[in-house]
This record gives sequence, structure tokens and C-alpha cells, in this order.
Amino acid sequence: MTSSTTAPSLTTPSLMTRFRWGVSDTFVMVGRNLLRYVRLPENIVNVTVSPIMFLLLFTYVLGGAIRTSTPDYITFVLPGILVQTLLFGGFGTALGLAQDVQSGLFDRYRSLPMSRSAVIVGRLVADLLSNIFVAVLMIGIGMLIGFRFGGSFLESIGSPAIGILFALPAAAIFAAVGLTVRSVEAVNVIGFTLIFPITFVSSAFVPVESMPSWLQPVAEANPFSLAVNASRSLALGEDPGSSLGGVLIWVVVLSAIGVPLAVRAYSRRS
Amino acid sequence: MVGAASAPAIVVKGLTKTFGKVEALRGVDLEVERGVVFGLLGPNGAGKSTLVRILTTLQQPTSGSATVVGIDVVRDAARLRRSIGVAGQQVAVDDQLTGLENLEVVGRFHHLSKEESKKRARSLIERFDLEDAANRRANTYSGGMRRRLDVAASLVGDPEVLFLDEPTTGLDPRSRLSVWVAIEELARGGTTVLLTTQYLEEADRLASRIAVVDHGLVIAQGTATELKERVGGSVLVVQLSDHGRLEDARVVLSRYGTNPKVDSSTQEVSVPMSAGAGAIAEVVRALDTGGITLSNLTFHQPSLDDVFFALTGHASEVAAAEATGKSKK
Ligand SMILES: Nc1ncnc2c1ncn2[C@@H]1O[C@H](COP(=O)(O)OP(=O)(O)OP(=O)(O)O)[C@@H](O)[C@H]1O
Ligand SMILES: [Mg+2]
Repeated sequence: MTSSTTAPSLTTPSLMTRFRWGVSDTFVMVGRNLLRYVRLPENIVNVTVSPIMFLLLFTYVLGGAIRTSTPDYITFVLPGILVQTLLFGGFGTALGLAQDVQSGLFDRYRSLPMSRSAVIVGRLVADLLSNIFVAVLMIGIGMLIGFRFGGSFLESIGSPAIGILFALPAAAIFAAVGLTVRSVEAVNVIGFTLIFPITFVSSAFVPVESMPSWLQPVAEANPFSLAVNASRSLALGEDPGSSLGGVLIWVVVLSAIGVPLAVRAYSRRS
Repeated sequence: MVGAASAPAIVVKGLTKTFGKVEALRGVDLEVERGVVFGLLGPNGAGKSTLVRILTTLQQPTSGSATVVGIDVVRDAARLRRSIGVAGQQVAVDDQLTGLENLEVVGRFHHLSKEESKKRARSLIERFDLEDAANRRANTYSGGMRRRLDVAASLVGDPEVLFLDEPTTGLDPRSRLSVWVAIEELARGGTTVLLTTQYLEEADRLASRIAVVDHGLVIAQGTATELKERVGGSVLVVQLSDHGRLEDARVVLSRYGTNPKVDSSTQEVSVPMSAGAGAIAEVVRALDTGGITLSNLTFHQPSLDDVFFALTGHASEVAAAEATGKSKK
């Protein structure tokens, strides 16, 4: 039996070998997670149905009553709903991880000689790919009901890309939470109580100037507003100004906190 | 570099583990030789899984030390993971993946090549009798199939030491047998297997050495035969026709052996008797004199159930569960 496998030898592998293994583990993990997406299409439906409803309800029900500086409300609100939806994707990251904990699968993985960060990074990458899919879908539907990009091709790509980038560290932080609480139900409670205030007290759905004056500074300081503003400016073909740099700083800082936290939560052997 | 080839497969010294106020392990010492099937036998909550989880690097001990194939389970966990295989108490299969894919993914995580992973997956699928379901998603599998797939996954890395935490719990007799046969095959191939079980029969059949664990301590160790000798001879079981006389019968039997066990659901009283078969006639006369009528009488080699009772003073969970099952009928 021993002769039938080429199990790696037991000497400590070189840094290079470990790096190669880490990359390979990450790829396998991404593949495994994508397979789950494809085989559980209800996951995709779940994450796309409510944002599309949001888009339609905001545009046709609330849109008429909200004054914006943009040519029409859909142009104003689509980037907001898009970035919100992408952020919600992080919620799916946490749920997926909590499911894998509950199903005992992570105990199997943690007993294997595989890279610890591959489990987290593999999850984040798969969810990022699914976010690209969601973004394309939403922009497509937005265009059917009147949304138009106002800028160059690059700016039009940059607009959703900002949202996708911004969602990444948020997903990592969600992942850390999901791996710490280890239950799908708890993730639901924490997720909803966090995401709604963060996304509504922002520039996503209404202009900040329309809020009470005590709330305006909160909405303006909200990093989510920053991402929405940057995404919206690019969609309109306007200069995003400092919001673009602000978003990038947030992404770097939050990633530097979120990813190691998530890896640590996963590796913990209490 | 590698743990000395001559080192025992598993060495555990003074291992403790507490969860808040719960002392799951209270100082376990254990040594498992290479190439044997070692049975860890104990009731619910004894600490079997905790010990397995520590030895497989999933948890850290509170104090004490443990090595597997000479590798420290705490300090050198990453290296140890290349030498072990685990099938935990909770079955861990990927529901949305097929049986083959499940095993292939594990192979890839062992850093086998794609082709090697596929080959290995195929041979394990065959070995565990899952060919018909190989390309079906695991969420269509029965409990027994999932368990077999899980055990198969623990073998993908061709481990030196294999840990199986209650590998046959919930299996029907046929599935159980196929897992047993696989374990016996591995043992013949020289793999060390540490197996936890609540089925005394299972430990008896598979394990060449058994440690009995109760309340976080190893309370006895030895071969099945040695443990049976601890009971002190063969066991006499009398079944009464009258439920009301169980206590009287117990008093009579206590004159011929220590600590008779009463099972009111089956109306049986059993006692280990070192005096041998010659004393049976005497017992029957004594019961007869007391006006206690028997519906059945057997005299047999002690089972591990008897061992468990003799060691702990309480029945094993399985025996207890069987008893309640019987009384419900
Ligand atoms: N993560 C945990 N947190 C708190 N207590 C725990 C934890 N894991 C185990 N325990 C406790 O430790 C004790 C030993 O548990 P363990 O799972 O090791 O027993 P076991 O022998 O495997 O039992 P079973 O036959 O039911 O599987 C039990 O009292 C259990 O409640
Ligand atoms: Mg257990």
C-alpha cells in the first residue's frame, strides 16, 4: 500500500515547497467552493433576488420622492445598492464558514497537512468571484430600467470594482466572526444587526444632506459612504476626488486586520 | 528528523484537559505499540473524543504531553498531520461533492498530484464498497455510506497512525462488517489504529489491546482476555420466572461471587464465579431451597460488558441502552 502513493517525505519542506503547497491548497479550496455555488444555485438566487427587489422598489416606489443631484434616481441609487449587496456577500462568507464548522468539515481540514490560510483565502476568492457575477447581473438589470454609465469604459469598470474591493476585507472580518461564533444562527443575528445601520446611515440611498444634522457626520464618516461615493462618481464619470484613496486605505487597513483574525479564528485549537 | 522508527506509535503522559469546570481528561497515561489496533473503550462523556482530538492536533491539552510516531502533538503539530489520518466522531463529508470528489479533494490537500489523488480516490471507493455511488453527491448517501466515505477519507494520506472515533456508530450490521474488515486489513498492512468505541464486542473483535476509560481516566488496560480475567472467572447468569424474587436471588448468588448484577428488564441475575462449573449444582440447590424457580441458566466466558461492570460498578451505556430497549418491548 505504501508503494502506491507518493506521499511527501517527512522532512521539513523548504519555504518554496510550502509556498507551492499553499497556492495549490488555495486553488483546490476555491474550486471546491465554486462547485458548491454551481450545485446550490439557490445560494446565488438568495444573494441576487433581494438586491434586485431593492433596486426595483427604490427606483419605482421611493425614487420619485427623493431628490438627488444625478439625472435620475436609478443612477444615484444603483451604486449604493450594488455596494450594499457586495457587502452582504461577506455575510455569505461567514455563513459558509460557519456551515463548514458545523458540518465537521473543518475538523477534517484542520487535521490535514494543508495550509491554514488557504481555507480562508480560498473562501474569500470564491466569494469575490461570486460577487463579480452579482455585480454584472445587477448592472445588467439596472440598464434595463434606465441606468447608464456616464464615464469612460475604465471608469465604468472601476465603479463596481471599488465595491468588490471594498467588500473583501469586510468579508474577512465577517469570516472571523463566523469562525468565532461557529453557528449559522448567530451569524444571522450579528450580520443583520450590523449591516442594516451601517448601510442605511450612509450616502447609499438618500443624499446625506437630507438627514438630520446630528446624523450627517456619522453618515459622512461611514466608510461605506466613502465606497459608495467613489463608486457613484466613477459611474457618473465624475472625479471621485479623495474618496478613491480613502477607500483604498480602508481596504488595506481592514484586510490587514481581518484576514489574520480569520485565519487565527480558524486555526484555534481550544 | 522523523520520530525514531522504533518509538511507540503513541505515548501519552499525564494528559489533562479541562473545559471550564469540566475535567474531560484527568491525567491519562497511555502507550500504544506500532502496528497494533488499540481500542479505547468507555461510556458517553468518558473523554475518548477529547483524547483523540488532542492526539490529532485539533485541540491542545491543558497539561501533560503526547507524541505520535515520536512527534510532539503540540509543538510539532504541522509535521504530525502528514503522518496521521482521522475520522472523527462527527462524520465530515462535503455534501455537495460526489464521493469521488470528496476523496480527491482530501488527496489534493495531502499534496498528491491530480492523477494520484484520482487513483487513490478510486481505490478507496472500491475498498469501501461505494462504487455504485461514486459519482453521486454525498447528500444522497445513507448514514452508513457517509460514515464509510468518512473513514475512506481518513486513509487518503496513507497514514502511519489512524484514529477512528466511534467508526461504526449508527451502522447496520453489514456496513459495520465492511468497516471492520477494512480495519483488519489495515492492521495486517502494519498501520497502527487507535479506535474508540462503545461497542464492547467491537473492541473484542478488533483490538489487540484495550484501555477502558471512565471519567477522564484510564481505569484498566490489557488484552481482551486479560480484562476478562479481571472479572474473576466465568459468569453465571440465572433468569427467574418470577420478577419479585430478583433481590432474593441476588442475595443467594452473592455467596458464590462478588457483586452480582441484577437486570430487572430481563429478570436476570449474573455473577462472576471463580469456583468454576462445579459450584453450579450448589447454586441451583441453594436457589431451589429458597423456592426461587428459574426459567433459564447459562454459564459463559465473561463478555466485555461484564468487565465494564466489574471495573466501574455501573453498566456500560450500550448495555444500559439495550436494557431499556428490551424493557420497552
Ligand atoms: N468543547 C467542549 N466544551 C465543553 N465541554 C466539553 C467539550 N468537549 C468535551 N467536553 C466535555 O468533556 C467530557 C468528555 O467528552 P468527550 O467528548 O471526550 O467524551 P466521549 O468519551 O467521547 O463521549 P461519547 O461517547 O459521548 O462520544 C464531557 O463531559 C463533555 O461534555
Ligand atoms: Mg466521543
